[in-house]
Amino acid sequence: MREENFWGYRRPNGRVGVRNHVVVLSVDDISNAACEAVAANIKGVLALPHAYGRLQFGEDLELFFRTLIGTGANPNVAACLVIGIEPEWTRRIVDGVSETGKPTAGLSVEGHGDLRTIERASRKALDLLQDASELRREECHVRELYVSAKCGESDTTTGLASCPTVGQVFDGLDEIGATMSFGETSELCGAEDVCAARAATPEVGEQFLRIFESYQELILSQGVDLLGSQPTEGNIRGGLTTIEEKALGNIQKIGRKCRYLGCLEPAEAPRGAGLWFMDTSSAAAEAVTLWAASGAVVHLFPTGQGNIVGNPIEPVIKLSGNPATVRSMSEHIDVDVSGLLQRQLTLADAGDRLWDMMIRVCNGRLTRAEALGHREFVLTKLYRSA
Amino acid sequence: MVDLIVDFIVHGSEDTVGVAVRDVPGAQTLTGWNMEKDETLSLESRDPVALGHKVALVDIARGEKVVKYNRPIGNSTQDIARGSHVHTHNLKTARWQQ
Repeated sequence: MREENFWGYRRPNGRVGVRNHVVVLSVDDISNAACEAVAANIKGVLALPHAYGRLQFGEDLELFFRTLIGTGANPNVAACLVIGIEPEWTRRIVDGVSETGKPTAGLSVEGHGDLRTIERASRKALDLLQDASELRREECHVRELYVSAKCGESDTTTGLASCPTVGQVFDGLDEIGATMSFGETSELCGAEDVCAARAATPEVGEQFLRIFESYQELILSQGVDLLGSQPTEGNIRGGLTTIEEKALGNIQKIGRKCRYLGCLEPAEAPRGAGLWFMDTSSAAAEAVTLWAASGAVVHLFPTGQGNIVGNPIEPVIKLSGNPATVRSMSEHIDVDVSGLLQRQLTLADAGDRLWDMMIRVCNGRLTRAEALGHREFVLTKLYRSA
Repeated sequence: MVDLIVDFIVHGSEDTVGVAVRDVPGAQTLTGWNMEKDETLSLESRDPVALGHKVALVDIARGEKVVKYNRPIGNSTQDIARGSHVHTHNLKTARWQQ
């Protein structure tokens, strides 16, 4: 019997988180130093530095704001302190995050300098952290979870074992009424018709195919194809030969029954419970960052050859069906499903095992990636800045 | 669960390749399991095949589709004999072929 309750943090807007981070969110590259100084002063707050935030424009700028506001708004974040060079963009992010009702504040460096800003921000962070430390977990239901999934360093064992195991959990979550998302637009090449057929309606399937085709056109417009990067060297070492083979393994993650209700822009929040396709890169850190920004609170990550990615605010649970990887990279693997290859484990058993780990992680158990300090926060950049 | 050591697993009933689930040597009788049909099968290997790599279940002519998950995963670039290792040296994507 799969456990359906867990202990989570209910936020003022009703959404449920599984972590209680107080983040210091950098608006731009040149404010990273101040954010990191605040995190060094106040033990327990989490700085989120990144490489961008200056002179972006158009769709790229909109994605930037959606990602930063979404990160602060994620229910795994208890409180959010925003630091940027200029007041206007800082305020835009503060206003966006504070719509969730969680404690949010912003400071800008211009006219004050790093040292005065760091002092004021540190005093604010101190209050936010102490207040957050008094929040208590309460009993929540799995249907209140938003779970994302993507795989990395895939090989043939991901298609045989770890991706179908995620599929088992996704089918179960769908029945219960939870929210799920998958994506990786470029890695569905070769299985795009299979993916289109899993849409809830023909219109949604057509929408997916339009997103897929526009990505293919982008590649062709660069005068290249994906043969140099798909499959990757790691994929090939693991026995994957073609992009079609990789895609057919990848799509096993959405299970056998559940159908996606719509297509999301990168970092866009789902519009209700059920499964959603998100237009993402297949690069692990970029994609998980987009899902965290869309509000996902826990990520399921099948790996074959051993991807080690983590995220600062969304715990990433790794599972592998490759017995060699489970042995040689054990410190990265939360759930071992290699028994599937020798038929010592049924797919239903493997699904139960992953479900159990998901509940434990939602209750507060640290993932391997969290314990190892993997906090990859990587913004998706659509084109160069002005 | 059947207490039977398997050397390779086949996803679909129409597949022309299986996946080695252990490192197997050449010239050995391998035991496989078809997941879809829940049937065991036997195959004489020609090449050593590493864990996770593919083995041909039938003779595949040059230019023919290679099938896994009951779906084409590319075309063979040379004749492939049953029991041979199938990978980048004899299988290529059908995408972006101008």
